[in-house]
Amino acid sequence: MDEISKVVRDYIIREYVQEGDDREVTETTRLISSGLVDSFSMVSLLRFLEKKYAIHIPDADATPEAFDTVERIVALVQRFRKAEVSSV
Amino acid sequence: MAFSEAVRHSYHTDLDGIRAAGLFKEERYIHSSQSSDIEVEFPIGSPTRKCINICANNYLGLSSHPDVIAAAHAGLDSRGYGMSSVRFICGTQDIHRELEKRLTEFLGTEDTLLFPSCMDANAGFFEACLNDKDVMIADRLVHASIVDGMRLCKAMQDTFKHSDMGHLEEKLQEHQDKRFRMVITDGVFSMDGDMAKLDAIVTLAEKYNAMVFVDDSHATGFIGRTGRGTHEHCGVFGKVDVITTTLGKALGGASGGCVSGRRELVEMCRQRARPYLFSNSVAPVIVAGALKVLDLISATTERRDKLELNARYWRSLLKESGFDVKEGDTPIVPVMLYDAKLAQDFARDLFDEGVYAVGFFFPVVPKGQARIRTQLSAAHEIHHLDAAIEAFKKVGKKHNILGLGRKELMALCVA
Repeated sequence: MDEISKVVRDYIIREYVQEGDDREVTETTRLISSGLVDSFSMVSLLRFLEKKYAIHIPDADATPEAFDTVERIVALVQRFRKAEVSSV
Repeated sequence: MAFSEAVRHSYHTDLDGIRAAGLFKEERYIHSSQSSDIEVEFPIGSPTRKCINICANNYLGLSSHPDVIAAAHAGLDSRGYGMSSVRFICGTQDIHRELEKRLTEFLGTEDTLLFPSCMDANAGFFEACLNDKDVMIADRLVHASIVDGMRLCKAMQDTFKHSDMGHLEEKLQEHQDKRFRMVITDGVFSMDGDMAKLDAIVTLAEKYNAMVFVDDSHATGFIGRTGRGTHEHCGVFGKVDVITTTLGKALGGASGGCVSGRRELVEMCRQRARPYLFSNSVAPVIVAGALKVLDLISATTERRDKLELNARYWRSLLKESGFDVKEGDTPIVPVMLYDAKLAQDFARDLFDEGVYAVGFFFPVVPKGQARIRTQLSAAHEIHHLDAAIEAFKKVGKKHNILGLGRKELMALCVA
């Protein structure tokens, strides 16, 4: 959990936080609803997670709500990791 | 299905939600032609009032220019009102092609295709020219019509941080396995008024074998020494692969847009771009007016020069008066207020003082970045700007924001 959380948080900071923007990103920081990440740019995060964790997150699950905090993203990744393992 | 009471109620609930979120848009009726001095009815049903207009895209002041109006009249007389056909059936007149050739020459490209609007050009281009073997890499602040166009296309979507060339380079490296890479940006960003680093973008595109797409709607006609656009300003004239732009802003302001660029890409649009294929083109009267606009701006740079001076003067007036102004070198001058309600109240108070400007806030701009976007025109005279700044100062004093910097204004926003 902690490892995934760190990976996700680091990626979000690297990928989305603009230089000079001093906003902190925590486990519960609102990402989409605060406007830090917009739905247009969210695609790269989805692709990153799928590649990094070798999972497939269907469009129906890749909602702005599910991507709105690091906490929720970690939960989503864990859910699909389990699904991948059980389907092997 | 009938439009039942339940359906009606559902839409009422949605509309109430938009109102509750403070996002409900209301039109203001203008009872005069587009100009620096306009007569506005607002709220609807009120008597009209005279205002200084400082929010139009009428950058070159050609929307109501007598020569353009006369040319449009002549076009109406000689080519009629409508075409009643899409381009490839019987909706192409000689003047449509003439305008395309003139735009090609003006923009320094290989060919041009007219669209009903630049929104349509952006909506149709990507799907017509790219497929699932390709990648589109867009600046995060590109116009909504580009976002829509990208969503209609099967190519992979990616974005880079606004004007961050290091981030763009990372993305170009990441996508070297794709068939084609296309870097996508606005020339001038409509909300912040800043300019794309097109010279650096073109250099990176050459290094990583990518094409470059620029929406120059807020630049064509006035950015660059002779007003050709951002590519002229940045010294990459002839090196941008695709330019989309509009006739609906500086170039007379009526309607219509185009895709201009590499011959093969333009031809792909002619064959496959759905907004071109399935809707009528620009009406003859507008084509005739636009041809006159190109005559006027090709003959002299007087108008874009005056616009540049006006923008510089207005920017200095705002700064001297103690407003927080976004830095830039374009006729889009955002006055930062950060708080959405303050931006709305400020715009309303300006209107009461006889200045027509609009507040922009989330989701049009990021949260906590609300502003009054002011836009200059070559039709503004010094007396317009001097009168407008008095109104700004009066309203600024009322809200106690004069002299406050970004952090102090943002603190107000939180309070």
